[in-house]
Amino acid sequence: MCPEPEAALTAPHSLEYTYKRSLGPILSQFFTALRDRRMLAVRRSDGSVLMPPKEYDPDTGASLDGMIEISSEGVVRSWSWVSKPRRQQPLDHAFAYALIQLDGADTTFLHVVDAVEEGSMSTGMRVAARWKAETTGSMTDFVFVPVSSK
Amino acid sequence: MSDRQMDGDKPSEHDEDVTLLRVPVSLDYDYSAGVSASRFLRGIEQGKLLGQRCPVDGRVYFPSRGSCPQHAVTFGDETVDLSDKGTIVTFSIVRVPSANIPLELPYIAVNVVLDGADTILMHVLDANPEDVHMGMRVQAVWKPREEWTTSTANILYFRAIDEPDADYDQYKEHI
Repeated sequence: MCPEPEAALTAPHSLEYTYKRSLGPILSQFFTALRDRRMLAVRRSDGSVLMPPKEYDPDTGASLDGMIEISSEGVVRSWSWVSKPRRQQPLDHAFAYALIQLDGADTTFLHVVDAVEEGSMSTGMRVAARWKAETTGSMTDFVFVPVSSK
Repeated sequence: MSDRQMDGDKPSEHDEDVTLLRVPVSLDYDYSAGVSASRFLRGIEQGKLLGQRCPVDGRVYFPSRGSCPQHAVTFGDETVDLSDKGTIVTFSIVRVPSANIPLELPYIAVNVVLDGADTILMHVLDANPEDVHMGMRVQAVWKPREEWTTSTANILYFRAIDEPDADYDQYKEHI
C-alpha cells in the first residue's frame, strides 16, 4: 500500500526578495543621468569629486548637492579577471571586474570591463563607457571597454 | 531597472526622473524534499493522505517529517491513511492581500485537523466568512485526477460538509 522508499523528490525553489529602493534626490539625479548616457558626480566642500555621488560627505556628514557632469572615460586602478562568468553576472563571456576612476573623479567604483582577453587588461589602462542601445537608468546601462577598441 | 519601465511606459519618453530602483535579490535552490516528505508527496499524487504514527505515544503526524519531534524516534516506513475530512480548529478571515497568494479577498485561512490525525494542517476554506466556525466539519476539494502531481496543490481548498459540528473536546488540544 505504501510505496517503497525511493529517492527523495527535488524541485527548483526560487526565493526572491523583491526590493524596490527609493533613490532620494542625489541618486535619483545620478540614475536619471545614466538613462541619458551621462555621468553625474558630486563635489565635496574640499573640491574633491565623488563618483558615484553620495548624499552625505563621508568625513563630515554634511549634505552634498553640488552635482557635476564628468567624463564617461577613465582609468582602471585595479582589476580581476572573471574567466567563467556565473549566470547572474553581467556578461555571458569572460570579462574583468575593475575599479574605475573616471576622468574628473577622485574616487573609484567597481564596474565591468568587456575586454577581449585577460592579456588585454592592465592597471592604468584607459577605458570608456559603452552604453546599451536602450538605457533605463541603471548601473547595467553600460559596461566599460578599452579605449582603443571602443 | 527603472520603475517606469516595469510599469510599461516607453523608456524613450524621458519626461520623469528615475526615482526608484528595483534590486531583487534572488536565490535559486534545488530543494530536496527528503525521504519522508517525498513519501507523503508520492501519496498525495495518488490522492492519498499519508500520516505516520509515533511508536511511543501513538499520535499521528500529518504531514510526517519522518521522526517524532517530541520523542526523537524515527517513524520508519509505515504510514497511516487519513481521511480527507476533518474539523476546523481555528480560522482567520484574511482581508489583506499578499503578493504570493492569488486568492480573492476575503478568504478564510483555516487550521484543520484531519480525521485520524493528531496534528493540524493549514489550508483555506471556501465558505462565506459569516458561516465559518470552530468545530465545523469540512472536506478537501481536489483538482481533477488527471492534474494530480506530487504537490500539496492537488487539494484546492476545503469546504463545509453536512455533518454536525465536532465536540470541542475532540479538537481543543490543537487550539
